Amino acid sequence: MFQNQTATTAQTGTITYLEAIRAAQRKLLAEDERVFIYGQDIADFGGAFKATKGLAKEFPGRVIDSPISEDAQVGLAIGAALEGMRPIVEMQFADFSTCGLTQILQHAATMFWRTGVPCPIVVRLPSGGTAGAGPFHSQSMEALYAHYPGIVVMTPATVEDAYTMLLEAVEIDDPVIFCEHKYLYYHLKADGLPDVALPTGKARIARAGRDATIVTYSAMVHESIACAEELAAEGWEIEVVDLRSVKPLDTDTILGSVARTGRLLAVGEAFPWGGVTAEVLARIATEGFGLLDAPPMRLNAKDTPVPYHPNLWGTHRPTARTITSAMRDLLRS
Amino acid sequence: MLQTSPATRTEARPDENQTSTLTAYRWMILARVLEEKLASLYRGGKITGGVFLGKGQEALSAAIGTALRKGDIFAPLIRDMAGRLAFGESVLEAARTYLGSRLGPMRGRDGNIHRGKPRDGYYAMISHLGAMVSTVTGGLFARRARGETGVVGATCIGDGATSTGSFHEGLNMAAVEKLPLVVIVANNQYAYSTPTARQYACEDLVQRAAGYGVAGYKIDGTDPSACVEVVHEAVARARAGSGPQMVVADLLRLVGHGEHDDFHYMNHALKLAPIGRDCLDVAREQLIASGDATRAQLDTMRNQAAAEVESACGTALREALPNPSEEDWCALSTRRLSEGGQQ
Ligand SMILES: Cc1ncc(C[n+]2csc(CCOP(=O)(O)OP(=O)(O)O)c2C)c(N)n1
Ligand SMILES: [Mg+2]
Repeated sequence: MFQNQTATTAQTGTITYLEAIRAAQRKLLAEDERVFIYGQDIADFGGAFKATKGLAKEFPGRVIDSPISEDAQVGLAIGAALEGMRPIVEMQFADFSTCGLTQILQHAATMFWRTGVPCPIVVRLPSGGTAGAGPFHSQSMEALYAHYPGIVVMTPATVEDAYTMLLEAVEIDDPVIFCEHKYLYYHLKADGLPDVALPTGKARIARAGRDATIVTYSAMVHESIACAEELAAEGWEIEVVDLRSVKPLDTDTILGSVARTGRLLAVGEAFPWGGVTAEVLARIATEGFGLLDAPPMRLNAKDTPVPYHPNLWGTHRPTARTITSAMRDLLRS
Repeated sequence: MLQTSPATRTEARPDENQTSTLTAYRWMILARVLEEKLASLYRGGKITGGVFLGKGQEALSAAIGTALRKGDIFAPLIRDMAGRLAFGESVLEAARTYLGSRLGPMRGRDGNIHRGKPRDGYYAMISHLGAMVSTVTGGLFARRARGETGVVGATCIGDGATSTGSFHEGLNMAAVEKLPLVVIVANNQYAYSTPTARQYACEDLVQRAAGYGVAGYKIDGTDPSACVEVVHEAVARARAGSGPQMVVADLLRLVGHGEHDDFHYMNHALKLAPIGRDCLDVAREQLIASGDATRAQLDTMRNQAAAEVESACGTALREALPNPSEEDWCALSTRRLSEGGQQ
């Protein structure tokens, strides 16, 4: 694997991950009059990544350009949700959602618990690194949102999940943070879009194996599968668990996999302190300690901002190469 | 409006105009008496957490509460007991929230001023100042999308909160979306201990309205009839489709930030100036001078308010408190997605 490339396993189909997100939004707008999309440059321009291309024309007045006001964008969505709408807020980049944290974490996430009235908003976060994007257009923020009670955090890794999980996100009566990976937007393809899906909260065995388990999500699923393929050539069978949603976290599937393999490596693209991989290890240590044949491991990005230059960026976050190297250590231990 | 008033409440005279100072006064005196009671319950150790009073702001708050109708949206803030009651909250619901009754709308999960019933258009403020501006804007956005007309959304805010980014983003967004939002700014000279000179550098906060492209109004917040007249006018214009309206009222917070605060930093010159008047005293003078009420009638109103407050607080004090072993501990309405049961 080239270290500056992100691995994707299904590159042959006709529908991209980005097109799946657009298709889901089109279906939602067509079938549910409560749905509208609010975000920067999303109407005639179609969004920074074109996730809403053509939708404003097809659904007049329901795909709306917002001022650059992330806090108010989410605030508006909350008010609309209280009045029975199903708003989708597009953040231009996940990174800028920090400007909307008050409304997401303090308001939307506390609404049902405080008032008994659900707050069904979806906030779409174009997430994760791409070469050259730098510190402010590369972040993976799932752990930050998952830390707070009252939010569902989805991290789809496949074209199919990008489609069905976005449909489900709008159906769910609670705030959903939808982390869509920018690299996967164009590089991941499928042949068609499914009608049925695993429900949110259920992880997926992306590749079966018996020697060790990698628990991961989003773009790192593909890096991990590339690792598993490389090690398969040497006779190792690595199981890859795609979490699909990091909150709720499907502890049962993780425990089941580790019960089969005895070894766990958790991989995430986000910063290392705390976070999803730490949570996975904490749950295995507390609920599945006896299943482990070796100390569990985790691999994350480095504890620095995400670097701009591809030479640095390629080393900052886990890749198939570094996952494979960590896995060799785990298999030896 | 939202809930029928308890039977003890003075019935409005059939000929009484909803826009009158007398109507506002009923809510002003009820709020004042209720808050005096809450302060005494706090001092007596019966209320856990903060108690924040609207003393001195009742006229402004009652003005917006009486200008709104059933079906409108209202997000009151810290010092809006009068507006809340006028919009339809019962004294009992307010008392329950302060006293932690599990029968209150917040069920002990939140307290004091952080209360509301969103399904009734009565939004429950979060502490984070400025947050409700865009939220009410969103509520109005949805109402318009559903084809509802003639709806108004209002929120109240202090001088300090006008310095937040949320206030700016929210008001600007409401203006861009041309929604019928009314923002009531209570310029009460302090944000906690901070005087307005450390809060803004423009000559007058109302100047900001022009910058946002919204209509601006300036009033003396100690003058109840002016509050009623101007706030009702602003609400009527919003209802008629003139877009966002911002009313700035100058007044003085007559108490500490909360009941824990002795207000030792107060500038006494302000207290002695016209801005330091108690709007309840001014209302009495105005009502008696105009012949709308006699001294005796106003005293009766106060006594009736006191009886209502005593009865509601007595009821709330006897009600069961939240019980942690019966608490749900589930932050999501979608139970299957909750991790609440996990350690
Ligand atoms: C964003 C935010 N920062 C700080 C606080 C803490 N706080 C609560 S009330 C208050 C003062 C508010 O002053 P003002 O807006 O003038 O309202 P007033 O209390 O005078 O009615 C502060 C600083 C808060 N609630 N929200
Ligand atoms: Mg103030």
